[in-house]
Amino acid sequence: MVPFARQLESLGYPDLRAVEVSTLQVNLGWRCNQACKHCHLQAGPERPEQMAIPTMQEVLRVAATCCIPVVDLTGGAPELNPHFEYLVAQLRGLGVHVRSRSNLTVLLEPGKEHLFEFFRQHRVELICSLPYYQEEMVDRVRGPGAFQKSLEALRRLNRLGFGQEGSDLELHLMYNPGGAFFPPMQKPLEDLFRRELAQRHGIRFHRLYTLLNMPIGRFQDYLQRSSNYDSYMGKLLASFNPATVPGLMCRSLISVAWDGRLFDCDFHQALNLPLLPGLPQTIGEFDPEILATRPIRLEEHCYGCTAGSGSSCGGRIVSGEP
Amino acid sequence: MSHYYEEKDLERFQEVGQNRPDLFDNFMNYYQGVMAAGALTVREKALIALAVAHTVQCPYCIDAYTRASLENGSNLEEMTEAVHVAAAIRGGAALVHGVQMRNVAAKISM
Repeated sequence: MVPFARQLESLGYPDLRAVEVSTLQVNLGWRCNQACKHCHLQAGPERPEQMAIPTMQEVLRVAATCCIPVVDLTGGAPELNPHFEYLVAQLRGLGVHVRSRSNLTVLLEPGKEHLFEFFRQHRVELICSLPYYQEEMVDRVRGPGAFQKSLEALRRLNRLGFGQEGSDLELHLMYNPGGAFFPPMQKPLEDLFRRELAQRHGIRFHRLYTLLNMPIGRFQDYLQRSSNYDSYMGKLLASFNPATVPGLMCRSLISVAWDGRLFDCDFHQALNLPLLPGLPQTIGEFDPEILATRPIRLEEHCYGCTAGSGSSCGGRIVSGEP
Repeated sequence: MSHYYEEKDLERFQEVGQNRPDLFDNFMNYYQGVMAAGALTVREKALIALAVAHTVQCPYCIDAYTRASLENGSNLEEMTEAVHVAAAIRGGAALVHGVQMRNVAAKISM
Protein backbone atom coordinates (compact mmCIF):
# COMPACT_ATOMS: atom_id res chain seq x y z
CA MET A 1 0.00 0.00 0.00
CA VAL A 2 1.26 3.49 -0.84
CA PRO A 3 1.74 5.34 2.49
CA PHE A 4 -0.96 7.99 2.89
CA ALA A 5 1.63 10.73 3.52
CA ARG A 6 3.39 9.90 0.24
CA GLN A 7 0.07 9.86 -1.61
CA LEU A 8 -0.63 13.41 -0.39
CA GLU A 9 2.93 14.53 -1.10
CA SER A 10 2.45 13.55 -4.73
CA LEU A 11 -0.54 15.91 -4.79
CA GLY A 12 1.47 18.81 -3.43
CA TYR A 13 0.75 18.39 0.27
CA PRO A 14 4.18 17.68 1.81
CA ASP A 15 2.59 18.32 5.21
CA LEU A 16 -1.16 18.49 5.31
CA ARG A 17 -2.14 21.40 7.54
CA ALA A 18 -5.24 22.60 9.29
CA VAL A 19 -6.84 25.76 7.91
CA GLU A 20 -8.89 26.69 10.99
CA VAL A 21 -10.38 25.28 14.19
CA SER A 22 -14.11 25.88 13.78
CA THR A 23 -15.24 22.74 15.61
CA LEU A 24 -14.16 21.32 18.93
CA GLN A 25 -15.19 17.66 18.94
CA VAL A 26 -15.33 16.60 22.56
CA ASN A 27 -15.40 12.92 23.44
CA LEU A 28 -17.14 12.67 26.81
CA GLY A 29 -16.17 9.06 27.42
CA TRP A 30 -16.06 5.62 25.94
CA ARG A 31 -18.91 4.21 27.99
CA CYS A 32 -21.94 3.25 25.91
CA ASN A 33 -25.13 1.28 26.51
CA GLN A 34 -24.44 -0.49 23.20
CA ALA A 35 -21.43 -2.39 21.87
CA CYS A 36 -21.80 -1.98 18.09
CA LYS A 37 -19.86 -4.32 15.83
CA HIS A 38 -18.27 -1.48 13.86
CA CYS A 39 -17.27 0.81 16.77
CA HIS A 40 -13.79 2.25 16.23
CA LEU A 41 -13.48 3.06 19.96
CA GLN A 42 -14.65 -0.37 21.10
CA ALA A 43 -17.07 1.46 23.37
CA GLY A 44 -19.43 -0.45 25.64
CA PRO A 45 -21.14 -0.62 29.03
CA GLU A 46 -17.98 -1.67 30.87
CA ARG A 47 -15.69 1.11 29.64
CA PRO A 48 -14.54 3.29 32.57
CA GLU A 49 -13.32 6.34 30.59
CA GLN A 50 -15.36 9.48 31.43
CA MET A 51 -14.55 13.18 31.13
CA ALA A 52 -14.45 14.86 34.57
CA ILE A 53 -15.64 18.36 35.53
CA PRO A 54 -12.17 20.02 35.54
CA THR A 55 -11.58 18.92 31.94
CA MET A 56 -15.03 20.19 30.97
CA GLN A 57 -14.15 23.53 32.53
CA GLU A 58 -11.09 23.69 30.29
CA VAL A 59 -13.34 22.96 27.31
CA LEU A 60 -15.62 25.82 28.41
CA ARG A 61 -12.65 28.15 28.80
CA VAL A 62 -11.43 27.36 25.28
CA ALA A 63 -14.92 27.68 23.80
CA ALA A 64 -15.34 31.07 25.49
CA THR A 65 -11.91 32.57 24.78
CA CYS A 66 -11.03 31.08 21.40
CA CYS A 67 -14.29 31.92 19.58
CA ILE A 68 -14.97 28.37 18.49
CA PRO A 69 -18.49 28.40 17.02
CA VAL A 70 -19.35 24.68 17.25
CA VAL A 71 -18.80 22.09 19.96
CA ASP A 72 -19.56 18.56 18.79
CA LEU A 73 -20.20 16.09 21.62
CA THR A 74 -19.49 12.43 21.05
CA GLY A 75 -18.57 9.23 22.89
CA GLY A 76 -19.34 6.33 23.60
CA ALA A 77 -22.74 7.62 24.42
CA PRO A 78 -22.05 11.21 25.54
CA GLU A 79 -25.35 11.25 27.46
CA LEU A 80 -23.94 8.64 29.89
CA ASN A 81 -21.41 11.12 31.23
CA PRO A 82 -22.91 12.26 34.57
CA HIS A 83 -21.97 15.88 33.78
CA PHE A 84 -23.41 15.92 30.24
CA GLU A 85 -26.24 18.33 31.04
CA TYR A 86 -23.86 20.68 32.89
CA LEU A 87 -21.55 20.96 29.90
CA VAL A 88 -24.37 21.46 27.38
CA ALA A 89 -26.07 24.14 29.49
CA GLN A 90 -22.81 26.01 30.05
CA LEU A 91 -21.88 25.90 26.37
CA ARG A 92 -25.30 27.14 25.32
CA GLY A 93 -24.96 29.92 27.88
CA LEU A 94 -21.82 30.99 26.06
CA GLY A 95 -23.76 31.10 22.79
CA VAL A 96 -21.93 28.11 21.34
CA HIS A 97 -23.75 25.88 18.84
CA VAL A 98 -23.92 22.42 20.44
CA ARG A 99 -24.09 19.34 18.28
CA SER A 100 -24.54 16.05 20.08
CA ARG A 101 -24.22 12.56 18.64
CA SER A 102 -26.70 10.05 19.96
CA ASN A 103 -27.23 6.34 19.47
CA LEU A 104 -30.94 7.04 20.26
CA THR A 105 -31.42 3.95 22.46
CA VAL A 106 -29.60 5.62 25.36
CA LEU A 107 -32.43 8.17 25.58
CA LEU A 108 -34.75 5.38 26.77
CA GLU A 109 -32.36 4.19 29.50
CA PRO A 110 -33.60 4.67 33.09
CA GLY A 111 -32.94 8.21 34.25
CA LYS A 112 -32.27 9.57 30.77
CA GLU A 113 -35.76 10.22 29.42
CA HIS A 114 -35.67 13.86 30.55
CA LEU A 115 -33.05 14.45 27.82
CA PHE A 116 -35.71 14.69 25.09
CA GLU A 117 -37.05 17.91 26.66
CA PHE A 118 -33.54 19.01 27.66
CA PHE A 119 -32.42 18.85 24.02
CA ARG A 120 -35.44 20.91 22.95
CA GLN A 121 -34.93 23.46 25.69
CA HIS A 122 -31.26 23.99 24.79
CA ARG A 123 -31.74 23.79 20.99
CA VAL A 124 -29.14 21.03 20.66
CA GLU A 125 -28.47 19.80 17.11
CA LEU A 126 -28.80 16.01 17.14
CA ILE A 127 -26.96 13.59 14.88
CA CYS A 128 -28.45 10.18 15.52
CA SER A 129 -27.08 6.83 14.39
CA LEU A 130 -29.44 4.73 12.31
CA PRO A 131 -27.62 2.39 9.93
CA TYR A 132 -30.74 1.28 8.05
CA TYR A 133 -34.51 1.58 7.92
CA GLN A 134 -35.10 -2.12 8.58
CA GLU A 135 -34.96 -3.96 11.89
CA GLU A 136 -32.89 -6.99 10.92
CA MET A 137 -29.88 -5.03 9.73
CA VAL A 138 -29.91 -2.50 12.58
CA ASP A 139 -30.20 -5.16 15.28
CA ARG A 140 -27.47 -7.27 13.65
CA VAL A 141 -24.99 -4.38 13.96
CA ARG A 142 -26.20 -2.63 17.12
CA GLY A 143 -27.74 -5.44 19.19
CA PRO A 144 -31.20 -6.98 19.66
CA GLY A 145 -33.98 -4.45 20.16
CA ALA A 146 -31.91 -1.47 19.02
CA PHE A 147 -34.13 -0.72 16.02
CA GLN A 148 -37.45 -0.56 17.87
CA LYS A 149 -35.91 1.57 20.62
CA SER A 150 -34.41 3.89 18.00
CA LEU A 151 -37.81 4.30 16.36
CA GLU A 152 -39.42 5.12 19.70
CA ALA A 153 -36.75 7.74 20.43
CA LEU A 154 -37.18 9.26 16.95
CA ARG A 155 -40.97 9.40 17.39
CA ARG A 156 -40.57 11.28 20.68
CA LEU A 157 -38.10 13.70 19.11
CA ASN A 158 -40.47 14.26 16.19
CA ARG A 159 -43.32 14.99 18.60
CA LEU A 160 -41.18 17.71 20.21
CA GLY A 161 -40.57 19.25 16.80
CA PHE A 162 -37.14 17.77 16.00
CA GLY A 163 -36.72 16.83 12.35
CA GLN A 164 -39.97 18.43 11.21
CA GLU A 165 -40.04 20.41 8.01
CA GLY A 166 -39.30 24.07 8.69
CA SER A 167 -38.29 23.39 12.32
CA ASP A 168 -35.01 24.75 13.64
CA LEU A 169 -34.75 21.77 16.01
CA GLU A 170 -32.22 19.93 13.92
CA LEU A 171 -32.39 16.13 13.71
CA HIS A 172 -30.04 14.39 11.33
CA LEU A 173 -29.35 10.70 10.82
CA MET A 174 -26.00 9.00 10.43
CA TYR A 175 -25.70 5.91 8.23
CA ASN A 176 -22.81 3.50 8.23
CA PRO A 177 -22.60 0.27 6.21
CA GLY A 178 -23.49 -3.04 7.84
CA GLY A 179 -20.42 -4.84 6.56
CA ALA A 180 -17.26 -4.71 4.47
CA PHE A 181 -18.64 -2.43 1.81
CA PHE A 182 -18.73 1.31 1.17
CA PRO A 183 -21.64 3.62 1.92
CA PRO A 184 -24.05 4.57 -0.86
CA MET A 185 -24.11 8.03 -2.42
CA GLN A 186 -25.52 10.28 0.25
CA LYS A 187 -28.40 12.04 -1.52
CA PRO A 188 -30.09 8.98 -3.08
CA LEU A 189 -29.79 7.18 0.26
CA GLU A 190 -31.26 10.18 2.08
CA ASP A 191 -34.22 10.10 -0.35
CA LEU A 192 -34.65 6.36 0.25
CA PHE A 193 -34.52 6.72 4.06
CA ARG A 194 -36.91 9.67 3.97
CA ARG A 195 -39.47 7.74 1.93
CA GLU A 196 -39.17 4.45 3.84
CA LEU A 197 -39.09 5.92 7.36
CA ALA A 198 -42.07 8.17 6.57
CA GLN A 199 -44.15 5.42 4.91
CA ARG A 200 -43.32 2.62 7.34
CA HIS A 201 -43.05 4.51 10.62
CA GLY A 202 -44.17 8.12 10.10
CA ILE A 203 -40.71 9.39 11.08
CA ARG A 204 -39.21 12.65 9.84
CA PHE A 205 -35.63 13.90 9.83
CA HIS A 206 -33.69 16.73 8.21
CA ARG A 207 -30.51 15.32 6.64
CA LEU A 208 -28.87 11.94 6.35
CA TYR A 209 -25.09 11.68 6.51
CA THR A 210 -23.09 8.68 5.33
CA LEU A 211 -19.98 7.53 7.14
CA LEU A 212 -17.54 4.92 5.91
CA ASN A 213 -16.53 2.29 8.47
CA MET A 214 -12.95 3.03 9.47
CA PRO A 215 -10.70 -0.07 9.39
CA ILE A 216 -9.75 0.18 13.06
CA GLY A 217 -11.17 -1.06 16.38
CA ARG A 218 -13.95 -3.64 16.29
CA PHE A 219 -14.49 -3.14 12.57
CA GLN A 220 -10.86 -4.02 11.89
CA ASP A 221 -11.28 -7.16 14.01
CA TYR A 222 -14.32 -8.08 11.93
CA LEU A 223 -12.46 -7.43 8.65
CA GLN A 224 -9.62 -9.67 9.74
CA ARG A 225 -11.85 -12.45 11.10
CA SER A 226 -13.89 -12.49 7.89
CA SER A 227 -10.82 -12.32 5.60
CA ASN A 228 -12.04 -9.01 4.17
CA TYR A 229 -9.23 -6.79 5.46
CA ASP A 230 -6.92 -6.89 2.44
CA SER A 231 -9.67 -6.34 -0.09
CA TYR A 232 -11.21 -3.53 2.00
CA MET A 233 -7.88 -1.72 2.34
CA GLY A 234 -7.18 -2.30 -1.36
CA LYS A 235 -10.52 -0.74 -2.24
CA LEU A 236 -9.85 2.25 0.04
CA LEU A 237 -6.57 2.86 -1.75
CA ALA A 238 -8.03 2.34 -5.23
CA SER A 239 -10.87 4.76 -4.39
CA PHE A 240 -8.55 7.57 -3.23
CA ASN A 241 -10.12 10.83 -4.44
CA PRO A 242 -7.81 13.88 -4.42
CA ALA A 243 -10.85 16.19 -4.49
CA THR A 244 -11.65 15.19 -0.90
CA VAL A 245 -8.35 16.49 0.53
CA PRO A 246 -9.26 20.20 0.85
CA GLY A 247 -12.39 19.29 2.84
CA LEU A 248 -10.94 16.71 5.24
CA MET A 249 -12.49 17.27 8.66
CA CYS A 250 -9.13 17.28 10.45
CA ARG A 251 -8.38 20.59 8.69
CA SER A 252 -11.11 22.40 10.63
CA LEU A 253 -11.65 20.25 13.72
CA ILE A 254 -9.80 19.26 16.88
CA SER A 255 -10.71 16.18 18.85
CA VAL A 256 -10.58 16.42 22.66
CA ALA A 257 -10.37 13.09 24.47
CA TRP A 258 -12.15 12.28 27.75
CA ASP A 259 -8.86 12.96 29.60
CA GLY A 260 -8.28 16.31 27.86
CA ARG A 261 -5.65 15.18 25.38
CA LEU A 262 -5.84 16.60 21.85
CA PHE A 263 -6.04 14.62 18.60
CA ASP A 264 -6.53 15.40 14.92
CA CYS A 265 -9.70 13.27 14.90
CA ASP A 266 -11.68 10.73 16.90
CA PHE A 267 -10.09 7.90 14.88
CA HIS A 268 -6.58 8.98 15.87
CA GLN A 269 -7.88 9.20 19.44
CA ALA A 270 -9.08 5.59 19.25
CA LEU A 271 -5.56 4.51 18.27
CA ASN A 272 -3.86 6.79 20.82
CA LEU A 273 -2.09 8.81 18.09
CA PRO A 274 -1.88 12.33 19.58
CA LEU A 275 -1.09 15.59 17.79
CA LEU A 276 2.42 15.72 16.32
CA PRO A 277 5.27 16.42 18.79
CA GLY A 278 5.87 20.09 19.52
CA LEU A 279 2.17 20.99 19.32
CA PRO A 280 -0.09 21.61 22.34
CA GLN A 281 -1.07 18.20 23.65
CA THR A 282 -3.92 18.95 26.07
CA ILE A 283 -6.98 21.20 26.24
CA GLY A 284 -5.18 23.11 29.01
CA GLU A 285 -2.41 24.00 26.52
CA PHE A 286 -4.88 24.95 23.75
CA ASP A 287 -3.40 27.65 21.52
CA PRO A 288 -5.81 28.61 18.73
CA GLU A 289 -3.19 30.25 16.50
CA ILE A 290 -0.82 27.31 16.56
CA LEU A 291 -3.56 24.70 16.22
CA ALA A 292 -5.37 26.48 13.37
CA THR A 293 -2.41 25.93 11.05
CA ARG A 294 -0.92 22.79 12.62
CA PRO A 295 0.53 19.99 10.54
CA ILE A 296 -1.73 16.94 10.71
CA ARG A 297 -0.63 13.45 11.64
CA LEU A 298 -1.10 11.12 8.66
CA GLU A 299 -1.78 7.42 9.08
CA GLU A 300 -2.90 4.54 6.85
CA HIS A 301 -6.51 4.67 8.08
CA CYS A 302 -6.69 8.25 6.69
CA TYR A 303 -7.53 6.53 3.38
CA GLY A 304 -10.94 5.97 4.99
CA CYS A 305 -11.66 9.71 4.75
CA THR A 306 -10.50 10.13 1.13
CA ALA A 307 -12.25 7.19 -0.58
CA GLY A 308 -14.92 7.93 -3.17
CA SER A 309 -16.97 10.93 -2.11
CA GLY A 310 -14.91 11.16 1.07
CA SER A 311 -16.12 10.56 4.61
CA SER A 312 -16.33 12.68 7.72
CA CYS A 313 -18.40 13.18 10.85
CA GLY A 314 -20.46 15.54 8.66
CA GLY A 315 -21.00 12.93 5.97
CA ARG A 316 -19.56 12.90 2.47
CA ILE A 317 -16.95 15.54 1.57
CA VAL A 318 -17.59 16.02 -2.18
CA SER A 319 -20.75 15.50 -4.16
CA GLY A 320 -19.47 13.15 -6.86
CA GLU A 321 -17.36 10.04 -7.22
CA PRO A 322 -13.81 10.48 -8.62
CA MET B 1 -4.58 -22.02 -12.28
CA SER B 2 -6.48 -23.99 -9.64
CA HIS B 3 -9.91 -22.76 -10.74
CA TYR B 4 -11.33 -21.34 -13.95
CA TYR B 5 -12.82 -18.50 -11.88
CA GLU B 6 -10.38 -16.71 -9.55
CA GLU B 7 -11.82 -13.90 -7.38
CA LYS B 8 -8.85 -11.63 -8.05
CA ASP B 9 -9.27 -11.97 -11.82
CA LEU B 10 -12.11 -9.45 -11.66
CA GLU B 11 -9.52 -6.77 -10.88
CA ARG B 12 -7.72 -7.72 -14.13
CA PHE B 13 -10.68 -6.88 -16.33
CA GLN B 14 -8.72 -3.99 -17.91
CA GLU B 15 -6.25 -6.51 -19.39
CA VAL B 16 -8.94 -7.59 -21.84
CA GLY B 17 -8.49 -4.20 -23.50
CA GLN B 18 -4.80 -4.69 -24.26
CA ASN B 19 -5.00 -5.82 -27.86
CA ARG B 20 -7.96 -3.77 -29.06
CA PRO B 21 -8.15 -0.82 -26.63
CA ASP B 22 -10.48 1.02 -29.02
CA LEU B 23 -13.11 -1.70 -28.76
CA PHE B 24 -12.65 -2.00 -25.02
CA ASP B 25 -12.93 1.75 -24.53
CA ASN B 26 -16.08 1.82 -26.61
CA PHE B 27 -17.53 -0.94 -24.48
CA MET B 28 -16.55 0.76 -21.21
CA ASN B 29 -18.00 4.10 -22.28
CA TYR B 30 -21.22 2.38 -23.23
CA TYR B 31 -21.22 0.34 -20.01
CA GLN B 32 -20.68 3.38 -17.80
CA GLY B 33 -23.33 5.31 -19.66
CA VAL B 34 -25.83 2.49 -19.23
CA MET B 35 -25.17 2.10 -15.50
CA ALA B 36 -25.29 5.83 -14.69
CA ALA B 37 -28.46 7.35 -13.24
CA GLY B 38 -31.10 8.09 -15.85
CA ALA B 39 -34.81 7.36 -15.86
CA LEU B 40 -33.83 4.51 -13.52
CA THR B 41 -31.71 5.12 -10.43
CA VAL B 42 -28.26 3.59 -9.98
CA ARG B 43 -29.77 1.47 -7.20
CA GLU B 44 -32.49 0.09 -9.51
CA LYS B 45 -29.96 -0.62 -12.25
CA ALA B 46 -27.72 -2.49 -9.82
CA LEU B 47 -30.66 -4.71 -8.84
CA ILE B 48 -31.43 -5.43 -12.52
CA ALA B 49 -27.75 -6.21 -13.09
CA LEU B 50 -27.78 -8.54 -10.08
CA ALA B 51 -30.75 -10.44 -11.53
CA VAL B 52 -29.12 -10.67 -14.96
CA ALA B 53 -25.86 -11.80 -13.35
CA HIS B 54 -27.74 -14.81 -12.00
CA THR B 55 -29.29 -15.66 -15.34
CA VAL B 56 -25.91 -15.53 -17.08
CA GLN B 57 -24.41 -17.23 -13.99
CA CYS B 58 -21.32 -15.05 -13.97
CA PRO B 59 -19.52 -15.24 -10.60
CA TYR B 60 -17.70 -11.96 -11.28
CA CYS B 61 -20.97 -10.16 -11.97
CA ILE B 62 -22.70 -11.72 -8.94
CA ASP B 63 -19.80 -10.56 -6.73
CA ALA B 64 -19.73 -7.08 -8.28
CA TYR B 65 -23.48 -6.47 -8.21
CA THR B 66 -24.05 -7.92 -4.75
CA ARG B 67 -21.56 -5.30 -3.53
CA ALA B 68 -23.02 -2.62 -5.80
CA SER B 69 -26.54 -3.33 -4.56
CA LEU B 70 -25.47 -3.05 -0.91
CA GLU B 71 -23.41 0.04 -1.68
CA ASN B 72 -26.46 1.66 -3.22
CA GLY B 73 -28.64 1.06 -0.19
CA SER B 74 -30.48 -2.14 -1.21
CA ASN B 75 -31.15 -4.88 1.30
CA LEU B 76 -31.15 -8.67 1.19
CA GLU B 77 -34.93 -8.81 0.86
CA GLU B 78 -34.83 -6.70 -2.31
CA MET B 79 -31.81 -8.57 -3.67
CA THR B 80 -33.44 -11.94 -3.04
CA GLU B 81 -36.58 -10.77 -4.85
CA ALA B 82 -34.40 -9.72 -7.79
CA VAL B 83 -32.89 -13.22 -7.96
CA HIS B 84 -36.38 -14.70 -7.83
CA VAL B 85 -37.41 -12.51 -10.76
CA ALA B 86 -34.46 -13.92 -12.69
CA ALA B 87 -35.41 -17.46 -11.67
CA ALA B 88 -39.07 -16.92 -12.55
CA ILE B 89 -38.27 -15.63 -16.02
CA ARG B 90 -35.77 -18.41 -16.64
CA GLY B 91 -38.21 -21.02 -15.36
CA GLY B 92 -41.09 -19.47 -17.26
CA ALA B 93 -39.02 -19.37 -20.42
CA ALA B 94 -38.34 -23.10 -20.13
CA LEU B 95 -41.94 -23.88 -19.38
CA VAL B 96 -43.44 -21.80 -22.17
CA HIS B 97 -41.36 -23.82 -24.61
CA GLY B 98 -43.60 -26.67 -23.60
CA VAL B 99 -45.92 -25.23 -26.26
CA GLN B 100 -43.21 -26.02 -28.84
CA MET B 101 -43.03 -29.52 -27.44
CA ARG B 102 -46.76 -29.87 -27.76
CA ASN B 103 -46.70 -28.48 -31.32
CA VAL B 104 -44.05 -30.97 -32.41
CA ALA B 105 -45.73 -33.85 -30.64
CA ALA B 106 -49.05 -32.94 -32.27
CA LYS B 107 -47.46 -32.73 -35.69
CA ILE B 108 -45.93 -36.16 -35.58
CA SER B 109 -48.63 -37.95 -33.70
CA MET B 110 -51.65 -39.68 -35.20
